[in-house]
Amino acid sequence: MKWDWNAVGDFMPLFWDGLVVTLEALALGSLISFTLGLVWALLMRTPSRWVRWPVGVVTEFVRDTPLLVQLFFLFYVLPEWGVTLSALTTGVIGIGLHYSTYTMQVYRAGIEAVPAGQWEAATALNLPVGRTWTAVILPQAIRRVVPALGNYVIAMLKDTPMLMVITVLEMLGQARLYSQEHFQFTEPLSVIGVAFILISYLASLLLRAMERRLVR
Amino acid sequence: MSVDTAKNPEKKPGQHTGELVRLEQVTKRFGDHTVLDRLDFGVEAGKHVTLIGPSGSGKTTILRLLMTLAKPDEGTITVDGQRLFPAPEKQIREVRKKIGMVFQQFNLFPNMTVLRNITEAPVTVLGLSKDEAEARARELLDLVGLADKCDARPTQLSGGQQQRVAIARALAMRPQVLLLDEVTSALDPELVAGVLDVLRDIARTTDITMLCVTHEMNFARDISDQVLMFDSGRVIESGPPEKIFSDPEQERTREFLGAVL
Repeated sequence: MKWDWNAVGDFMPLFWDGLVVTLEALALGSLISFTLGLVWALLMRTPSRWVRWPVGVVTEFVRDTPLLVQLFFLFYVLPEWGVTLSALTTGVIGIGLHYSTYTMQVYRAGIEAVPAGQWEAATALNLPVGRTWTAVILPQAIRRVVPALGNYVIAMLKDTPMLMVITVLEMLGQARLYSQEHFQFTEPLSVIGVAFILISYLASLLLRAMERRLVR
Repeated sequence: MSVDTAKNPEKKPGQHTGELVRLEQVTKRFGDHTVLDRLDFGVEAGKHVTLIGPSGSGKTTILRLLMTLAKPDEGTITVDGQRLFPAPEKQIREVRKKIGMVFQQFNLFPNMTVLRNITEAPVTVLGLSKDEAEARARELLDLVGLADKCDARPTQLSGGQQQRVAIARALAMRPQVLLLDEVTSALDPELVAGVLDVLRDIARTTDITMLCVTHEMNFARDISDQVLMFDSGRVIESGPPEKIFSDPEQERTREFLGAVL
């Protein structure tokens, strides 16, 4: 087996297209999972069990079933119910929803780690509940959980190739397309492998920088 | 003072200014353990009352009940003529405005600057403008000797400085009653004096009512109008500090003071 630089050159235009889609899926998936996870975590703290119970059941169900199955479901079953979304949108929602059930646990731990004294001080100052959350509890909780959330960004990155099964041409999809046309597998797969390492590494650098800022 | 008026020889008839805080038949249990046992207890406006007694005797629980951090199992609590317990949430919020508390562990908000710690509640709860609140906060920081620490974060301060900020934060809400819960217990010994000096100053120069749980007996002697000795959820003796500290009537009080003094 020999390395063919020409194949690398030929693959690059496809690679850039795939990279953009991967990054899009990662950014939007992160955004959805971070937001929705926080919403779940807060709903799980409401006094009403009529809220907590359904949220608990739904998120447990999503967490305990494979992302791949969820993607197929969203892509093939939702249209039968009259909901038609583009492949990428479906994929982003799938990843975001799936990972929101993990990030909710991260937020929960972060919220529980805020000392009881902070709640008591807020009560003693008569702060309204909403203000206590937004000004006192969440800023402290989120600061604590940034590293853990960052790990899920990297996990999500590594799950983006699953979007290939619902026809989204992210990096792996483009590599496979190229390979099937040219019967050259080594070069495109190596290129996207390196790309995954670089994105993970850059993401972790970014995270560490954020951590340093926040922990100050 | 109403805990035991008969035993308080300094109280002259006609000087009664009314009770600001009143607990009636208050019982608090944690599981099988009864922390407060049908406690009756009142504090007159402007007075400084110190609660002493062995740990676990229910002193801190009284402060926590008044601050609505815990609920009594039985009994009623009234502040300035208004019911604090039992009462609907809206009324609790109203009555709570009259009360401020300083905690053993300071409990400053670490995500805010010193100034913002003090202005947060006056702005969001009392509706002061940011400028007004900041002006008031700066005055209070000056009072506690930390005028230069406005922009510091709580974590950059010593324990004693943090506690002085916490005192300023409580005062910024202009409470009628200030609850002090073992405010020097978490401090290094050399930092205690600074905090107590600030409190002595406040006790001397304001008409704020103070309810103080402390193990600093000299401080208690200095600032108190009345000292209450607690044991097993009940007040076993009360009176002016000169009397309690020099000539207590109860054997249990004598024992306790012998151990801490």
